[in-house]
Amino acid sequence: MKPIITLFKKELLLEIRQQYSFYGILLYMGATIFVLFLAIEEPEKEIWNGLFWVIQLFICINAVAKSFMQESRARMLYFYTISSPTHFIVAKLLFNCLLMLVMTAISLGLFLAFIGNPIEKLLPFTGLALLGGFSLSMVFTFLAAIAAKARQNAAIMAVLGFPLIVPQLMLLMKLSNTAFTVNQSFQWSDILLLVTLDLLVALLSIILFPFLWKD
Amino acid sequence: MRKSWWKILCVILLVYAIAGGLLVKIPNAPLLEETSRNLFYHVGMWAAMFVLFTCSLVHSIRYLSKSNLKNDIAASQYASMGIVFGLLGYITGAVWASYTWADPNNPGFSFSTIAREPKLIGTAIALLIYFAYFILRSSIQDMDQKARITAVYNIFAFAMLFPTIMIVPRLLPSLHPGQEGNPALNFKDVSPEMRMIEYPAFIGWALLAVWITTLKIRINYIKEKHFIK
Repeated sequence: MKPIITLFKKELLLEIRQQYSFYGILLYMGATIFVLFLAIEEPEKEIWNGLFWVIQLFICINAVAKSFMQESRARMLYFYTISSPTHFIVAKLLFNCLLMLVMTAISLGLFLAFIGNPIEKLLPFTGLALLGGFSLSMVFTFLAAIAAKARQNAAIMAVLGFPLIVPQLMLLMKLSNTAFTVNQSFQWSDILLLVTLDLLVALLSIILFPFLWKD
Repeated sequence: MRKSWWKILCVILLVYAIAGGLLVKIPNAPLLEETSRNLFYHVGMWAAMFVLFTCSLVHSIRYLSKSNLKNDIAASQYASMGIVFGLLGYITGAVWASYTWADPNNPGFSFSTIAREPKLIGTAIALLIYFAYFILRSSIQDMDQKARITAVYNIFAFAMLFPTIMIVPRLLPSLHPGQEGNPALNFKDVSPEMRMIEYPAFIGWALLAVWITTLKIRINYIKEKHFIK
C-alpha cells in the first residue's frame, strides 16, 4: 500500500509543479464547450446528453494520454528498478481517476452555464457523470500504457479505445437520459453493470500491465 | 490420415449442410418464408468468427507465457481470418435483414436503419477492435515488442468484447431472434428438422475456417522461418 501512496504523491506533485498540462486540458475543455455554445443554442435533451458524453470522451483522451507519454525512456527504466508494475499501474489508475473526476465536475459546470440546463434531477446526473468519468479514465489509462509502449501519439489511443468504450458510453447515455424527465427512475442493475465493468478493467490492467512493462 | 479426420468431417458436414439446407422443409413463417434457409449460412459465419477470435486469444495468452513467435503468427492469422468471416456475416446479415425486416421499397429505407440493428452493431464493434489490432501491429517495428504489446491488447479487447455483446442488445430495440416482441422470428420456432442441420452446419463452418487459417499459418511459418525456432 505504501509504494502506491508514494507513487500517487509523485504524480500529484508533478501535476502541481508542471501546471501547464493541467491548464492545457482545462483550456481545451473550455474552448470546445465555447465552440459548441456558439454553434448551437439550447439543444434538445437528448442532443445535450449526447454532446456531453462525447465531449467527456475527448477530454478523457487528452487528459489521460499524457500520463504515460510524459515519462521518458530513462525515467521508465528508473521506475522499473525501484517499484513493482502492479504498484505503478494502480497509482496511475488512481491518479487518472482523480484527474478525470475533477475534469468531469468542471465540464459539467461549464455545460450547465453555457449550453443550458435541461436536467430535471441534477444530483443523480452529477453522480452518473462522475461514475462515467471514472469508467472512461480506467479504460483509457490502460490504453495509454499500450500506446506509449508502441511509441505512438494519442491518435492510436483513440483508434484502440473507441470500439472498446462504446458499450459503456451507450449504457451511460441510456442511464443519464432518465435524469431529464421527472417520472423515470434509474435502473440500479445498469449501474451495477457499469461498476462491474470498471472492476473488470482494473483487474485486467493489473494482470496485463507487467507484460507491457518489461522491455 | 489420423490427423486429417477433422478435415474429412468438415467436408462431410458442409456437404450435408448445403444439400440439407436447400432441401429441408422450412416452416412457412410469415415475412421470412424461404429466406430462413439463410440461417444455416449466415449464423454459421458468426460461429466461425467466434471460434477464430477465441483461437487468437488462446495463442496470445500462450505467447505471453512462452514468448514463442510461432504463437504470435498464429494469433494474428486467426484474427485476420476472423475479420474475413465477420465481414461475410455482416454482409449476409444486412442483406437478409433488408429483405425481411426492412422494406427496400419504403422511402424511409436506408443502410443506417439496418446498421442500427444491435447484433450488427456488436459485430461492427468486434470488427473495429480487430482492425485496431492490425493498425497497432503495423505501427511497431521491433518483432518481439510487437508480439508482446499486441498480445496484451488482444486479451484486453477480447475480455471487453463479451460484455459488449451482452450489453448492447439490452439497450436497443431489436427485431433479431432472441428478443421478445417478434413472434415471426424466434429461435424457439426453429423446427426440429432445421435444428438437425443448423448445428452440424455451425460446426462445419467453424472447421472450415480453422482449416483455412492453419494453411495461412503454415505459409507464414515458412516466410518467417529465419526468426522462429
